[in-house]
Amino acid sequence: MSVFSVTNPLRFRKSELSLKDRFKNISWFYILIVALIAGIGFVTLYSVANGSMEPWAKRQLVRFAFGVGVIVFIAMTDLRVWIRYAYVLYTLVLLLLIYVELFGHDAMGAQRWINLGFIQLQPSELMKIALVLALARFFHGTSLHENENLKTLIVPLILVAMPVILVMKQPDLGTAVMLSISAGVVFFLVGVQIWKFGVVGLLGLLSLPIAWNFFLHDYQKQRVLTFLDPEKDPLGAGYHIIQSHITLGSGSLFGKGFLQGTQSRLNFLPEKHTDFIFTVFAEEFGMMGAFFLLALYVLLIIFGFYIALRCTSFFGKLLALGLTANLFFYVFINVAMVMGLVPVVGVPLPLISYGGTAMLTHMISFGLIQCVYVNKDIPMGRSGAAPEN
Amino acid sequence: MNRNGDKGKMFMKRAAILGAIQFGLLLILLSRIYYLQVLQADKYIMMAESNRISMRIMPPPRGLIFDRFGEPLALNNQNFRAQIISEQTSGSVMDALDALGQIIPLSPSDYAYVQKEVKRNRAFVPITVAENLSWESMASIQLNTPDLPGITIDEGLTRYYPYGYETAHLVGYVGLVAEKEMTGDPLLELPGFRKGKTGVEAQYDLPLRGSGGFRRIEVNVVGREIRELEKNKGIPGARIDLTMDIRLQKYALEQLKNHSGSVVLVDVTNGDILTLASNPSFDANIFNRGISNDDWQKLASDIRKPLVNKAIAGEYSPGSTFKMIVALAALESGVISAATEIYCGGHMELGSHRFHCWKPEGHEYLNLFDALAVSCDIYFYEVAKRVGIDKIADMAKRFGLGARQGIDIPGERAGLVPTQDWKRRVFKEPWQQGETMLTGIGQSYITATPLQLAMMIAKIANGGKDIKPHLIKRAYTEEPKNIEISKYHLNLVKQGMTAVLNDPKGTAFYSRIPMSLGGMSGKTGTTQVRRISMKERESRLLTQEELAWEERNHALFVGYAPINNPRYAIAVIVEHGGSGAAVAAPIARNVMEKALRLKSADADNNTKDKTKGTQ
Repeated sequence: MSVFSVTNPLRFRKSELSLKDRFKNISWFYILIVALIAGIGFVTLYSVANGSMEPWAKRQLVRFAFGVGVIVFIAMTDLRVWIRYAYVLYTLVLLLLIYVELFGHDAMGAQRWINLGFIQLQPSELMKIALVLALARFFHGTSLHENENLKTLIVPLILVAMPVILVMKQPDLGTAVMLSISAGVVFFLVGVQIWKFGVVGLLGLLSLPIAWNFFLHDYQKQRVLTFLDPEKDPLGAGYHIIQSHITLGSGSLFGKGFLQGTQSRLNFLPEKHTDFIFTVFAEEFGMMGAFFLLALYVLLIIFGFYIALRCTSFFGKLLALGLTANLFFYVFINVAMVMGLVPVVGVPLPLISYGGTAMLTHMISFGLIQCVYVNKDIPMGRSGAAPEN
Repeated sequence: MNRNGDKGKMFMKRAAILGAIQFGLLLILLSRIYYLQVLQADKYIMMAESNRISMRIMPPPRGLIFDRFGEPLALNNQNFRAQIISEQTSGSVMDALDALGQIIPLSPSDYAYVQKEVKRNRAFVPITVAENLSWESMASIQLNTPDLPGITIDEGLTRYYPYGYETAHLVGYVGLVAEKEMTGDPLLELPGFRKGKTGVEAQYDLPLRGSGGFRRIEVNVVGREIRELEKNKGIPGARIDLTMDIRLQKYALEQLKNHSGSVVLVDVTNGDILTLASNPSFDANIFNRGISNDDWQKLASDIRKPLVNKAIAGEYSPGSTFKMIVALAALESGVISAATEIYCGGHMELGSHRFHCWKPEGHEYLNLFDALAVSCDIYFYEVAKRVGIDKIADMAKRFGLGARQGIDIPGERAGLVPTQDWKRRVFKEPWQQGETMLTGIGQSYITATPLQLAMMIAKIANGGKDIKPHLIKRAYTEEPKNIEISKYHLNLVKQGMTAVLNDPKGTAFYSRIPMSLGGMSGKTGTTQVRRISMKERESRLLTQEELAWEERNHALFVGYAPINNPRYAIAVIVEHGGSGAAVAAPIARNVMEKALRLKSADADNNTKDKTKGTQ
């Protein structure tokens, strides 16, 4: 594999897309849906702050405005640039992860941040994209036959294992799980045999007792135990999940109305502006509101599938669907978590939960999906340049 | 390209599977939302409500207690308390206490108390950690509230007795509610809530308590009040006005100073208790604050029994104060008349027993008038022998002896009026005539409380009106019943009692009250303490001063005043005080004179109370 061989861009079969063409090719409908979801986020953050733009809604709005710029900017880049620099980006983010491991800014007992002064950068978030990019780059150049061969998978498995282990060490179980899932999705899409997933799953189950005793922190064990039986300690560890149920359930069919949520207003809800924000929205807007929000996400995901299928390059397909699956699992794990279906792992709700890096990551992700869409018909060789034949 | 084609086909296949998986997961989410927000909505709506709404019970102010002239006897003083609400603490209750301990000193027993109460109560119930905080401590806790989640300052009321020592037995005191005293009234479950434990506080606990108000408030997660939804002020405890005159009560206790005994003074017209003094007493306020073990031991082990209200719970042989009843029994049954004379030679025989008069040389011949005036024992031995125990007992019971008077504070005892039946029942032995004779001078089995003796005298003084004693002022609508007894016979006895104080040969002549005040009639009594009576007989030569305190005679005096238009009846008992004439009579004289001068029974027109005593 000639990882860093860059071929002459002038050898492209089709002529370059002009900037104007690229701008026209962007799906503004997609961006509209993104804006709608983000809008729900602002409204909810405004409500969580007892009807105030401060401290969250305003800052989130500014970030989103910046983020739309990021989407458009990335959407208008040449997809081949991304395949070309996929490994470079991956390496850079990996170095950042190592850097936080050594010098990271300590927040809530976890080292996840690099303080750049103007932004608290969270490299583990960026890794979610970098990993998909790197894997897409790798599998773009392999054949199905190779993918079914275990030897081929050694390099991508190392690509996955390095960040996952680093993130686990931070410790950030949620992100480690998300990284593993997105990697798993890419492996699945490129045709790795299903029995291999079965073996990995089995090994995972078998290693559970070891992980439990040697790798999981006490609070992580607590979360799992709480997930299994939240009523056991209703005022302790189970408190959050019970309060979360009450918040959701009491919203009933049509909700209590905007700014009328008692659970969130009276602070019974933990992490209400971040991980548990879905319950705030569902309390005030009920099941109808929750379904509407999920429908918006589903539109984005369907669009992502469409883009992936429509795209001619395998890199683009993998990137679009990998990132789309990423979005799906974000939403799924967050919503399932607040409803007590999975343990509390600290996965924010895309575009809604308050948080700078997460917002930026999703915007980059949407930008890349749009970039695939804009460059759907662009020819791409095995190594990411023009076809070699 | 073929390889890429395979890869593309595989991608399509896997994408479809992925989409199907995601669709399935989405369905799980949607059905979970449906389950929580539709199927379980009612349950969670209710839970959200109970999260949000907190009930706070507000104890009403306890009713105040006043004496008959409106002098306060029980008040509620402002009291700053530090409380802990376990469900609102951020960490453990002990951590919250540690934090509080940085500001105010807390002892290990405070920790133990809180720990116990936390287990006993629901998590939202505030538990008092420290009481009677100084202004500085209170302010500094208030200032640090953000660092003290779960700690609140409660501005409560604490019972205060301005005359704690003088009224301890009568007004009583309040204390923490014991487990077995819980009746279901939510007020009683409030930690730190106090209910009446003794005296009027206990007897009238319900009206004094009032009923609790409540506030339904919306609270946030740390229990901070967001707004009030509903408020019910409750009913404050009712005010209680006593018949007692605190000036007289105080004076009576001063008179009993250095003695163990009691003074009871009643209004003979209606049974109003003007004084119900028992000495030694104790400061009721120390029970309020929570009595220390040392103080408790001291009170409980004192041989003079400061915790006992001797006026209603002390049972004494009435001694010579019982002679009026014996005389009335004899007069009513016709075995003697006013003129009947009996010879006293200093002693008399019954079988092999010799009965002594208190005067060894004897009183010669005397009639009832003389016998009462000089308190001759031989006369009453003889009269008792003639009338018999059952008639004496019957008369004693008519005047209220041997049964509880029904005074409106707890702890009253009934005393004992022996009969032949009683002895057969209790001792399985027949009644002895010697016992009848001893009963004639108020000894042997018969006992009475000072309250009973005061009431007995009151009924003699008021001409046989069967009044009942009470401590609470009330409207006197019903005329008391009359005891079946001849006014003539009553007057005979009263003349004898008048002679006791006003005839120079009377036993209490030196304790008479000037006629300008109306004078006093009465009767002295000196009773041997039965427990040591054998010793007494053997060592007759020992004077009272030579005996140990607890072996000395009880000194008694009963009386009424004024002589002609009786208003007050008094009973004084000084335990082991020596002679009734020397010790009890002067105390009675002083207290009675004070009552006459203060016009305790009359001057109740300056109170705000609507009820009025019949004058």
